[in-house]
Amino acid sequence: MTEAFVLTAFLEASVRLGVPLALAALGETVTERSGVINIGLEGSIIAGALGGALGALAFGGAAGGVLVGAAAGFIVAVVFAAFAIGLGTDQIITGTAITLGGLGFTGAIYQARFGATGAALTLPTLAPMPIPLLSDIPVIGSALFEQAPTAYLAYVLAPALWYFLFRTEWGLEVRAVGEEPDTAAAAGVRVRWTRFWATTFGGTLAGVAGAHLVLAHAGTFAENMSAGRGFIAIAVVVLGRWNPPLVLVAALVFGGASALQFHAQTLGLDLPYQLFLAFPYLLTLAALAGWVGRSRAPAALALTWPRPR
Amino acid sequence: MQRWHPIWVAVGALGATAIFAAGSLWLGGFDPLTAAGALVRGSVGSTTALFITMTRAVPLILTGLAVSLAFRAGVWNIGAEGQLYAGAIAAVSVGIAGVGLPALLLVPLVLGAAALAGAAWAALPAFMRVRLGVGEVITTILMNFVGIYLAAYVVSGPLQEARGVFQQTDPIAEAARLPMLGSGTRLHMGFALAIGVAIALWALFRWTRVGFKIRAVGAAPTAARIAGMIPANRVILVSFVASGAIAGLAGGVEVAGVTYALYPNLSPGWGYTAIAVALLAGLHPLAIVGTGLLFGALESGAAAMQREAGIPQAWVSAVVALVILSVLAADQIRRRRADD
Repeated sequence: MTEAFVLTAFLEASVRLGVPLALAALGETVTERSGVINIGLEGSIIAGALGGALGALAFGGAAGGVLVGAAAGFIVAVVFAAFAIGLGTDQIITGTAITLGGLGFTGAIYQARFGATGAALTLPTLAPMPIPLLSDIPVIGSALFEQAPTAYLAYVLAPALWYFLFRTEWGLEVRAVGEEPDTAAAAGVRVRWTRFWATTFGGTLAGVAGAHLVLAHAGTFAENMSAGRGFIAIAVVVLGRWNPPLVLVAALVFGGASALQFHAQTLGLDLPYQLFLAFPYLLTLAALAGWVGRSRAPAALALTWPRPR
Repeated sequence: MQRWHPIWVAVGALGATAIFAAGSLWLGGFDPLTAAGALVRGSVGSTTALFITMTRAVPLILTGLAVSLAFRAGVWNIGAEGQLYAGAIAAVSVGIAGVGLPALLLVPLVLGAAALAGAAWAALPAFMRVRLGVGEVITTILMNFVGIYLAAYVVSGPLQEARGVFQQTDPIAEAARLPMLGSGTRLHMGFALAIGVAIALWALFRWTRVGFKIRAVGAAPTAARIAGMIPANRVILVSFVASGAIAGLAGGVEVAGVTYALYPNLSPGWGYTAIAVALLAGLHPLAIVGTGLLFGALESGAAAMQREAGIPQAWVSAVVALVILSVLAADQIRRRRADD
């Protein structure tokens, strides 16, 4: 096995594991730009994972799985939005509850359907679609451009969401609602409606991220398989300074941190494997400590609107 | 967030939870009535079941108190789970190393180490919030994962049992184990300790200046600072670390009172259930004893629900989520009524 081959395999795994982070974080970027922090993102991811598995089984294809996963992530985000935006409950606590509920209900549905130990599912997979020419670039070509279609969705969304947020009137409204909701409301923007769709958009992408985990990476569903990716994605938004292209880059770096566990031995790192499992979380903590001072969150982030008296 | 809401908010929230929980079971093809019967029998149906419920409530009461202390200070400590694991790791280390010491010395050492480890686990996110301005929600959650993997590493590496067969530690010294509260039961002294901590916290908030400062900072940090006298950052730091210490103590008490050893998945998510325990009690320390017992009953009844009605264990965390959402909604509705 040559070094170039090891590197290529590691990069390929980094992107494969970075894509769910990227999708969830790109969605959360729009959500947070509107002034909502959705800690329930993890719940949307796990719902998307189970939806991806059940959808792929029901429709006999990975594409059906992605659609059902997206719908599942959307529905979970609607529940979050109904409480945090509709009723005006605290975003942090509501999001935590949504994550707990997402993990609990998916686990219960899975156990009820496939037994307490859980049968290993045989699912249709989301096969890599090599892009002609680009995938022939040495080393990085196949890592970046011989991926599942969900990866290309992330690549396209990053610049598209940047354009949307910073160059369109709708995007301006989203940012206004996240910075100065009172002013935005006075200018005629429907604050809660904007926040609602920005949040459910994020949840939908988190659902796709969950479906990607199942159909393009693991090949099966397991309880709690989201493994904190929703929280890492929220940190990735901070590290990417709420700017979609930077968020994509940060997500791929963290994908690399997760991929280390599969390639530690071939890369010559001989450490206990639990430490590799902990590594992405430690790296996130370190990155937050080092970077956070340099970026500024949307001013109205996590604040209920209208303000309670 | 309102610090104390009338009991009917809690009652209304529990009613709503019962309706949605039963509905979810019915949708899943289970019989809600069989489930309810199994839940009651399994949790309070016999003396044994009652004692199991009380034992199960101990870590829930302690982590619930940890969460309520933090929340009152305006600190979103979602990290009780990791702090509990840090406490359990420390407790088992001291409990094994302290062979030969008398119980009168070893038990306090074990529990003290657990509290200290929990405090240390909370100190990092506390420092990151106060000094670096990094919000504690994500950092405490990330620390949970680190704590869980650290425990998994410890029980398969440095502290793995001498036989080297299972992923668990050797049992702690006899003298490190908590005495039972009555002969013939498995209810250990930790139950009394949890109630003691609840009373201490209640007294702290009721009668002391420190308690007043914590509430003032939690209600309005800027106002507390401008009013002078109250250094908000120091109050936040102290409440945060103390909250971690109590959660760490929960891990130590579980090891010293129930399992006598550490293994992966020691906690079925107590650190998260603690949020429901604290919110349902309106963050009131004495009420947390009651809500802790309630969730203890849910946990001890869950086994019977699985046995008798085939209900998956994972459904319990869904119920925990329903309780939190119901409390939030009920509190919101109450506030709107108050505004009218």
